[in-house]
Amino acid sequence: MPKVRIPTPLRQYTGGSSEVQVSGDTAGETLGNLAEEYPDLRQHLYTSDGRLRSFVNVYKGDEDIRYLDGSETEVSENDELSIIPSIAGGSAGRRCR
Amino acid sequence: MQTRQPLIQSSNGSAELSNEEIARYSRHLIMPEVALDGQKKLKQARVLTVGAGGLGSPLALYLAAAGVGTLGIVDFDVVDESNLQRQIIHGTSDVGRPKMESARDRIADINPNVHVEAYEDALTSENALDVFKDFDVIVDGTDNFPTRYLVNDACVLLGKPNVYGSIFRFEGQASVFYAKEGPCYRCLYPEPPPPGLVPSCAEGGVLGILPGAIGTIQATETAKLILGIGEPLIGRLLLYDALGMRFREMKLRKDPSCPVCGENPTVTELIDYQEFCGVPQAQAWAATDEVPEITVNELKEKLDNGGEISVLDVREPYEYEVANIGAKLIPLGELPERLAELDKDDTFAVHCRTGGRSANAVKILQNAGFQDVYNVKGGITAWSEEIDPSVPKY
Repeated sequence: MPKVRIPTPLRQYTGGSSEVQVSGDTAGETLGNLAEEYPDLRQHLYTSDGRLRSFVNVYKGDEDIRYLDGSETEVSENDELSIIPSIAGGSAGRRCR
Repeated sequence: MQTRQPLIQSSNGSAELSNEEIARYSRHLIMPEVALDGQKKLKQARVLTVGAGGLGSPLALYLAAAGVGTLGIVDFDVVDESNLQRQIIHGTSDVGRPKMESARDRIADINPNVHVEAYEDALTSENALDVFKDFDVIVDGTDNFPTRYLVNDACVLLGKPNVYGSIFRFEGQASVFYAKEGPCYRCLYPEPPPPGLVPSCAEGGVLGILPGAIGTIQATETAKLILGIGEPLIGRLLLYDALGMRFREMKLRKDPSCPVCGENPTVTELIDYQEFCGVPQAQAWAATDEVPEITVNELKEKLDNGGEISVLDVREPYEYEVANIGAKLIPLGELPERLAELDKDDTFAVHCRTGGRSANAVKILQNAGFQDVYNVKGGITAWSEEIDPSVPKY
């Protein structure tokens, strides 16, 4: 099964795992299955109308799937998908400072 | 020894080195990749760091030591105790001072040959282009999304390289966004996350040492650009995993449809970045979404007068260990499953560290039918500040 690397900010939704094996033949399928298995992850990966959020980048190996075949990018047994979210560090602004 | 066009083309005569400087930079001068000509380029260079905090600290320290002639620093913040765990340009004696002043003093001590240009006002769409225009390299060490997009767009519009670094807990990212040669920040992240969805250091914490690694990488990239040596991180995203001690690299591509640096740019001037990042919207929602509150003074009074009120703490066990006021602890994440431990007919004052998580807890309790629940305004921090200073603030 392909591996999905989970970035630190999202590991709280995968029970702390940094790497998860999820089945899928395409990037879209794999991520969909990931969200099925870890439902709390869904809102962080997808918008309310089911599109992948644009501040979350998905890489197959070291290539952004946007520049491959997007959700249709084929993923095999030994492939690794990485979720790379936007991070900014620092202040919280208003909430919880 | 140059492998690419240096940002500083040739010495303009203003960067001659004194004997003192030659002695100081000896270890640079004996390397062909730097040598006298390179050191003069460093001296002529003007580098602006947006932020003198976690990332800006090591960056400014190393660039000053390396002999960058002019360091511009944009930071309107004041040194706080909680900064000292990672913002190593500031010391204990600087708490309460503007970061600008503290940074300036430390740089003067490391290398009096460095000229510091201070910008104590916040960077905005109105002033960014003016502030940036006379610098050769801009380094992004900021702590929020609106400013990151502002810095990016200003750099693209002015044709300046933007040396990017960001951190969270045990992870960091670094790259060089230089629209003339590769992607910009928007090519990587066209849209910011909605406010509140991505935790900050204040909410999520950060290993203090982590920005040291990323800030130093940013300093390295800045020096390489100035000198025209090595391969900069243009078109490459460096990912640092401190816990696993692994570096990974992702390819970054220039997005031809990028609204700022693409083939048909639609953003040709700086916009309202707070709005772009949804900040005013989030604030408006927060305002309409308010929950009943109780101040720490009111709570203290009620408790002292034997009032029928229970206090619920929704922080994490490791926070409880640091400081607590003896309340019942149910971490926010566990609250929905543990509601049965609480009596619906009781009156509850719910607290967390500063009042954010507890507001969410109050909503959960209200939705579960609890009628008399209040959010402790300011959390245990306010309790420590106003009621009982022996309770540690963290």
